[in-house]
Amino acid sequence: MSESPVTAAPDRPGPPTAAAASTAPGSPSAGAGAGRRRLSGGARVGVAGALVAVAVVCFLFLFVQGSFEFAIERRLTMLGTMAVAAFAQAVSTVVFQTLTHNRILTPSIMGFDSVYTLMQTLLAFVFGGSVLAATDGLPKLVTQTVLMVGFTTVLFRWLFSGRRGSLHVLLLVGVVLGLAFGSLSVFLQRLLSPAEYDVLSARLFGRLSSAEATHLPLAGAVCVIAGIILWRRRHLLDTLLLGRDTATGLGIDHKRELTLMLLLISVLISLSTALAGPMTFFGFVAAMLAYQMAGTHRHTIVLPMAFLIGLLTLVGGQFIMEHVFYASGMLTVVIEFLGGAVFLVHLLRKGTL
Amino acid sequence: MIEFTGIRKAYGEQVVLGPVSGRIPAGGITSLVGPNGAGKSTLLTIMGRLTEPTEGTVTVDGLDVHKAPSQDVARVLSILRQENHFTARVTVRELVSFGRFPHSKGRLTARDIAHVDDALDFLHLGELQHRYLDQLSGGQRQRAYVAMVLAQDTRYVLLDEPLNNLDMKHSVRMMSQLRRAADELGKTVVLIIHDINFAATYSDRIIALRDGLIAASDTAAGMMRAEVLSEVFDTPVQVHEVDGKRTAVYYR
Repeated sequence: MSESPVTAAPDRPGPPTAAAASTAPGSPSAGAGAGRRRLSGGARVGVAGALVAVAVVCFLFLFVQGSFEFAIERRLTMLGTMAVAAFAQAVSTVVFQTLTHNRILTPSIMGFDSVYTLMQTLLAFVFGGSVLAATDGLPKLVTQTVLMVGFTTVLFRWLFSGRRGSLHVLLLVGVVLGLAFGSLSVFLQRLLSPAEYDVLSARLFGRLSSAEATHLPLAGAVCVIAGIILWRRRHLLDTLLLGRDTATGLGIDHKRELTLMLLLISVLISLSTALAGPMTFFGFVAAMLAYQMAGTHRHTIVLPMAFLIGLLTLVGGQFIMEHVFYASGMLTVVIEFLGGAVFLVHLLRKGTL
Repeated sequence: MIEFTGIRKAYGEQVVLGPVSGRIPAGGITSLVGPNGAGKSTLLTIMGRLTEPTEGTVTVDGLDVHKAPSQDVARVLSILRQENHFTARVTVRELVSFGRFPHSKGRLTARDIAHVDDALDFLHLGELQHRYLDQLSGGQRQRAYVAMVLAQDTRYVLLDEPLNNLDMKHSVRMMSQLRRAADELGKTVVLIIHDINFAATYSDRIIALRDGLIAASDTAAGMMRAEVLSEVFDTPVQVHEVDGKRTAVYYR
């Protein structure tokens, strides 16, 4: 970082933009500049909310065959799972991208999924495939979540706080560990009997339709608590966008906030993965669409938007998959495929991390 | 008053600063000068609690900036670094509004908005307030950052090279605005500056660093002597009277 010479940058006092003249100065909304001409942030969230409501109604009440009660109960469970997954993946991706000042990385890309895969594979390998089904229950969900939270918090803390804590090191370590865990899992899977592998592979894709209803209250409560914590800090998250030094200058205890946010992200992602299976690119897609739709950086708008768009993608996608393509179990596979494609295209077009 | 005692900063074996001690009295403008790598930025960021010193303490009006809660410090002292890269696309007005965060926690009151308006006016940014930062020239952006720091409305304002990227006209304007901030608003301004003549013209005191130590510390007039400047900058400097002002000449 050389001390750059004072370059004589021509400092044109450009003409005031038409919009600047038309917006009343001193408008109470800090985002007045961003919201002009187009819909305000709040209205955009409203539109997204309305779309979600329509999708939810369609999903719940259309094309019911046989017992109405049975169908509704099953669909409500699924809806709850989707809400948890959408909230956890989309919201934590937005927060993660705010912390890392990067709009490409997601917590999942950092190796979360491979930890989950390895845990499942180890379980099947050591105790046999039937154990996977037999041990399904709240204790297992909690244990898995705690293990994954422990792993990722240690990893993130170490990488962020270290003197050489750079984003690229974090990415590299995450990807390398992900690959290592992935390879180990594949190796162990080769040794399984076909029947056990069959049971296992069903766990390794997102399974929104087969989540346990008994887990939902806990998962929902965690999401609500996380949501409250994040909502109370939505302005603080805005300042984190300005970087460590500027945020510290504004009175943020940067290290403490970073730790808290990483912990929260770990909890959310682990919970979602343990409940609904790994989803690598879903959070990325939801966050990217949310930035586009929100039209502002402010978390007041972006966080609800990310959740709503995530939910819309899942509920709308599931509805279409079930009733148009008759392939209800395939939703997460399709989202991952499309999401991965969007991710690659985005990466190639941007040409940099 | 900013008081720093026994400040030392080392990366492993390599000592980049100190040990230095000193005090910057309240009021007026104090400039930190010195050659590249002298430790100016390190000292400034340690005073602004962005860098942890290896040893030593900094107190601002009795408040230990490294021990006190960050948000308390943010109401007494504001700091602007040289490099600022933001991921978010923000307008000038949004950026300056961030300066009110220590007071409003993000919910702007009428008083906060008045402060933001004042800061925008003070740096003549009224016309640019709804432009995005990436639509501005380097100099305009620099002024927006300074406006954010002024909106924070702290008694102490620390600036790392506020003249970076500014042309002659805007350098002069920036310095006279900072002078006004010190004289009319009663701020204590500490800044890093490369042009010794700018430092001499606008500041009350100058602290010169060299090789991580304080080489000289004096009033602006007292510092402007050929032998002192030649020693500090390790290059031949002549000092001439121009319009009754001591002016350094060092281009040959």
